[in-house]
Amino acid sequence: MRVLVPVKRVPDPYGRVRLGPDGQILEHEIKWVINPFDEIALEEAVRMRERGAGVEILAVSIGPAVVEEQLRAALAMGADRAVLIQDDAPLDPSAAAHLLAALHRREQPGLVLMGKQAIDDDASQTGPMLAALLGLPQATFASRIEIAPDGTRARVVREVDAGRETLEVDLPAVITADLRLNEPRYVALPAIIRARAKPLDRVTAADLGGRPPARVEVLRLESPPPRKPGRRVASVDELISALREEARVI
Amino acid sequence: MANKLIVIAETDGARVLPSTRAAIRFAQEWSAATGGAFDLLVAGPPGIATQAEPWRRWGSQRVWIAESPHLAHPVAAPLAAVCAHAARTADADSVAAPASTFGRDLLPRVAALLDLPMLSDVIAVRAVDGRLEFRRPMYAGSLLATVRVAGDRGVFSVRTTAFGDPADVEAASPVQALAVPDLPRGARWVALEGGGSSRPELTTARVVVSGGRPLRDAETFERLVGGLADRLGGAVGATRAAVDAGIAPNELQVGQTGKVVAPELYIAAGISGSVQHLAGMKDSRVIAAINTDPDAPIFDVADYGLVADLHEAIPELLRKL
Repeated sequence: MRVLVPVKRVPDPYGRVRLGPDGQILEHEIKWVINPFDEIALEEAVRMRERGAGVEILAVSIGPAVVEEQLRAALAMGADRAVLIQDDAPLDPSAAAHLLAALHRREQPGLVLMGKQAIDDDASQTGPMLAALLGLPQATFASRIEIAPDGTRARVVREVDAGRETLEVDLPAVITADLRLNEPRYVALPAIIRARAKPLDRVTAADLGGRPPARVEVLRLESPPPRKPGRRVASVDELISALREEARVI
Repeated sequence: MANKLIVIAETDGARVLPSTRAAIRFAQEWSAATGGAFDLLVAGPPGIATQAEPWRRWGSQRVWIAESPHLAHPVAAPLAAVCAHAARTADADSVAAPASTFGRDLLPRVAALLDLPMLSDVIAVRAVDGRLEFRRPMYAGSLLATVRVAGDRGVFSVRTTAFGDPADVEAASPVQALAVPDLPRGARWVALEGGGSSRPELTTARVVVSGGRPLRDAETFERLVGGLADRLGGAVGATRAAVDAGIAPNELQVGQTGKVVAPELYIAAGISGSVQHLAGMKDSRVIAAINTDPDAPIFDVADYGLVADLHEAIPELLRKL
């Protein structure tokens, strides 16, 4: 079974994204990584391959040539092939979903496994949009995935507001990965070196039939208003009195 | 500008959930900004129509009811098909619902079916120079973005903590049945595990007591964090680390990828205050933190910071409150 794993290039979530005096993000400070949720999806695909024969993992990303860095990292993590959809124009989740849908029609994977959200825009849209464009079922926020031995369906446990929901989905489907699906492995140097020999193809948006322009426009970015500075309390007694008399919240 | 919006009521299959109120409040503000009208859709299993009555008082032009045995649980593919059908029937060019896991699973699918752009976690909407401007958090809430959508038409998931109660309207909205189209059956609900707590709901509680990994085990977590929450009549929250360690269930997770809360009082016990956790609670009115590490980032947002061991401080709080 071919598993398609879209990965997104994002700023390291453990770094700080700061604005310069002109209100633009200070890009030179950023360390770029694969979106952590996409890493989890990729790890899951690698584990599927390790558990059974016949899984081929295709990693895909969208953007300018520099995105190849993340595709090389995906190959090092265990993807068999990678494709860069070269597209320099501004993207939004709809546009990304259109391009991924076109690639899906070309590659005919049995499963799409991707992160539930990207930690830069926190949109959490591309997976379900892709599923709808392809007319496929979806299972989002997956914390456990069991593929039936005949590969025709999957049982997925999802983390939802009320707890853990189990769905059964026919394959092909789109499944988005949540935090607790797995813990991605560290990539050792031999894997990084081997990855250089793995195929990384490039296609353009035009090759895939084009895509609509981005329809979400960011006018400006701001830091949220800071909270008023708080104070230390020296004891439980002082805390209780502050909450009761000062904040009047208990 | 856009002229019609449809709100999708959040349901758990059996009931319409209170989170829907925030989406209706958003719709009222959207209406004030656009001059357009909004409808409400209640979709669910046969009998969900009996849930519609309290939802007729918010000034929607119509309350649509769609009933089908295939909607016994909110599964995205069939429900999105109904929502798209409702939007077309209602002539709506925009859609809104709460930004819960229900909304995040459903709305992008609806957006793709209607070929509309989507904005997630909207916290404000207003008209500026004849266009709609929205605000939403990005980068785990460390930045706020002011955004627009092409044609002012889109699908919006609404952050429930950012919108208060909707305004009551005297005239009751008419109710109308919506025929349900053929529904996709490729995804099937099997089971739901969790919940069953008698405590207040995390996203709407006035007080939240939240605990992190230092609580050690599930029994200690429940005794100390649960005990303090019960004493204050509040809900219980947890960090990602606590859930990962198995000492709290996932539905208690507060943060960038968990729930967003904004209670009157948030007590953070044994929580270091990572950016990802702050994303879920930094809009709380009063924040109190208990941590043994005086340099923990949580103290930068806490109104009251107590450097102490929670294993002693919480029992002392329980004795004295």
